[in-house]
Amino acid sequence: MRDVAVIGIGETAFGELWDKSFRDLGIEAGLMAIEDSGITAQDLDAIYVGNMSAGKFIDQEHVSALVADYSGLADQHLPTVRIEGGGACGAIAILQGAMAIGSGLHDIVIVEGAEKITDVSDARAGEILSATADQEWESVFGATFAGLYAMMARRHMYEHGTTREQMAQVAVKNHKNGSLNPNAQFQKEITLDTVLKSGWVAEPLTVFDSAPLSDGAAAVVLCAMDRARKFTDTPVKLLGSGQASDFLALHDRRDLTTMDATVVAGKRAFHAASLTPEKVKAAEVHDNFTITEIMAIEDLRFVKKGLGGMATEEGETALNARVSVNPSGGLKARGQPVGAVGIAQAVEIVRQLRGEAGKRQVQNAEVGLTHTLGGTGATAVVHLFGRVN
Amino acid sequence: MTVGIVSYGGYVPRYRITPEVIGAVWGNDGAAMGKGLNIRAKSVPGPDEDVITMSVEAARAAMARAPWVSPKDVGAIYVGSESHPYAVKPSATIVAEAIEAAPVMTAADFEFACKAGTAAMQTCMGLTLSNMYKFGMAIGADTSQGAPGDALEYSASAGAAAFLIGTERPMATINHTVSYTTDTPDFWRREGQRYPSHGGRFTGEPAYFKHVLACAELLSKKTGLKPADYDYAVFHQPNGKFPLRVGKQLGFSEKQIDTGLLVREIGNTYSGAIMVGLCAIFDVAKPGDRIFAVGYGSGAGSDAFDLTVTDEIKNLKKGLRTMDSMVKDGVPLDYATYAKYRGKIMMLGS
Amino acid sequence: MAIPRFWREIGSRYNLYGSKCGNCGTLDFPPRTVCPMCGRRSVGKMERVKLKGNGTVVSYTVIHDAPVAYEMMKPYVLAIVEMEEGCRLTSQIIDVDPATVKIGMQVEAAFRKLGSEGEAGVIHYGYKFRPAA
Repeated sequence: MRDVAVIGIGETAFGELWDKSFRDLGIEAGLMAIEDSGITAQDLDAIYVGNMSAGKFIDQEHVSALVADYSGLADQHLPTVRIEGGGACGAIAILQGAMAIGSGLHDIVIVEGAEKITDVSDARAGEILSATADQEWESVFGATFAGLYAMMARRHMYEHGTTREQMAQVAVKNHKNGSLNPNAQFQKEITLDTVLKSGWVAEPLTVFDSAPLSDGAAAVVLCAMDRARKFTDTPVKLLGSGQASDFLALHDRRDLTTMDATVVAGKRAFHAASLTPEKVKAAEVHDNFTITEIMAIEDLRFVKKGLGGMATEEGETALNARVSVNPSGGLKARGQPVGAVGIAQAVEIVRQLRGEAGKRQVQNAEVGLTHTLGGTGATAVVHLFGRVN
Repeated sequence: MTVGIVSYGGYVPRYRITPEVIGAVWGNDGAAMGKGLNIRAKSVPGPDEDVITMSVEAARAAMARAPWVSPKDVGAIYVGSESHPYAVKPSATIVAEAIEAAPVMTAADFEFACKAGTAAMQTCMGLTLSNMYKFGMAIGADTSQGAPGDALEYSASAGAAAFLIGTERPMATINHTVSYTTDTPDFWRREGQRYPSHGGRFTGEPAYFKHVLACAELLSKKTGLKPADYDYAVFHQPNGKFPLRVGKQLGFSEKQIDTGLLVREIGNTYSGAIMVGLCAIFDVAKPGDRIFAVGYGSGAGSDAFDLTVTDEIKNLKKGLRTMDSMVKDGVPLDYATYAKYRGKIMMLGS
Repeated sequence: MAIPRFWREIGSRYNLYGSKCGNCGTLDFPPRTVCPMCGRRSVGKMERVKLKGNGTVVSYTVIHDAPVAYEMMKPYVLAIVEMEEGCRLTSQIIDVDPATVKIGMQVEAAFRKLGSEGEAGVIHYGYKFRPAA
């Protein structure tokens, strides 16, 4: 398998973007990435689109063709595909694009993720986002997405002594990082008190324990490593990837406090890259809820199972601490346009490894990790990226 | 061949509201209303309960009490109510699936105000005595409504009772049944109307009393027995006063009526009314006990039953929830929550 | 939920029918065609089995931000219940003060309304759980 590099990145601001349609967002991020990479349209071999639910949010299926069309590439007749895997679709799309290059099928591809959530009502958006849970055996019985994560949080508190304060610290940290990110949806710091006193969504998770609904898009241009230097002096290599699935319904999982899919995906990625977790200095993990980040840093083996809350509380995952977790602000503060998430995480890590992260730069970042989830953990994808000197 | 009640099951929802709380909202002396009606509280169904859910709970309890009965031998299920969740689509089919009697059986829903359940009992008696089916299930259930601010709001409540009827091993034989039916418009609800209407004081003498007394007399003629021959008596209970008055008129004592007089704690469960009272009696009855039961349904008519408890009552499964425990397990509501649960607040789309 | 989709699963939604693997004996709810433990060895050997309805709360939450269909019910308790047969399912706990729900609480199945397709649509019924007697 050939090595794969990221040679271009692009992302829109994330937020409630009333003036921007799905098409606007997709094109904006894509063009930025192409600009950044220095390639031309003729250099592209394929387009991979990560999008969770355009069919429900904007009644539009077949967004792969739409993105190619509105990016001005229709007459290139490129192969395009839209990838869905719950919230992990962007990260899976990167893996699919990398496999195409790795196998020799393509040399250069663009991987784009976009989601336009705010055109529908809040209530409808919530329902659509919950569609990745088990519709027949969770949702119809009254389970909401937040409710399912809340049950993981409750069990984590019960088994490992994790506290609400420790979960809230995740939000405080990520909002602090977000305040240093001009593209983040939320750019103000918040206090622990704000999180603890905010309204319940599903106990013990409050409004401030939950990532927002967001519109946005992100894109990366992938290129075979042996051709990358033709386009950029700062290629970032994809060192290894891992993807895993698990039972769809939370109640069927082996352990409510562990996402086995993350554990397996992580092990696969570290094995493929011949690395271990201590080598990772910057990690963008899936923090759709505060508890999710706590479980992620345990399941990725940055800390032992059960100690994620304490590690966060003691600042071990703050910017430039032992491992900087979610330097971008994470889904929590940077935003959560589902299809774009996995790719935006990669964009941030690439930025960090290039040394272009400005105020939120992770010092001496040589290896970075992205972790993206689908549903309540039925899919997990882990990518490891490395600076190439 | 004798026919009777083979098993029974009752259900009362947990929530309650008192006359005092209702009166306070409408500017009435709720305590006085309660005293006048001899009602201390009425039951309120939760927002996820209805005639179908309560019928299933009652029917399942009846099947659980007589585990020797195979659901596949229940050849007929009838649910009597005036608050069926569907105007068209029988509650009985859902009960049939929920107790696994379906599909080789017959089902239908009944309506006859508060005596729909007892009418279903008589139908099941006919079906099983004629050997058409081994067992029939007669259910009386209601989540009855009184219009906001109306007198009926103090008493209209929710409850269900299910009787498995058959000729095999009855725990109480139905020795005689007789009915008295006329066209008397004392209480009614037109199709599409949310709340019922009634004729005020017309619902007393020309309606309740006329039919209950006439029917009771017909039954006594058939049995040749006197009130003193009975251990228990249960009369339709729209409030806690009528049954005591009609009982007294007929020569029954308050002691005989007491056990089945659940209206005082849970209000008028309409189609379930005398059946729910009978469940409370069966919870404590002994072999050989005799029961005199006369129901009443507006519109109007009465069904009366003469029952004798048999030795089989000792063979029923023990440890299942009794009416008494369900009646006592009450959670009081304020009027606003009650109105929300009962759909009295207009929601978007309603 | 579309009519046929709900109707198809009535056996499980009303009566807690799951499946037992003819190969390893594991009980699953809802019923499966393929046992997660045995894979192809279980195909054609799955038996229909009815759960007794008794279980223990493994985790729970009180939902405040409810979907439109549950506006009347909020706040309501959602829980993962481990049935005595070993399998787990997700359901609501009713007839209980949310503040008293605990991990380890014994519960028993009840029959309740799950929702409906609006005021004129079909009503959906199924299992919920109440504290065991």
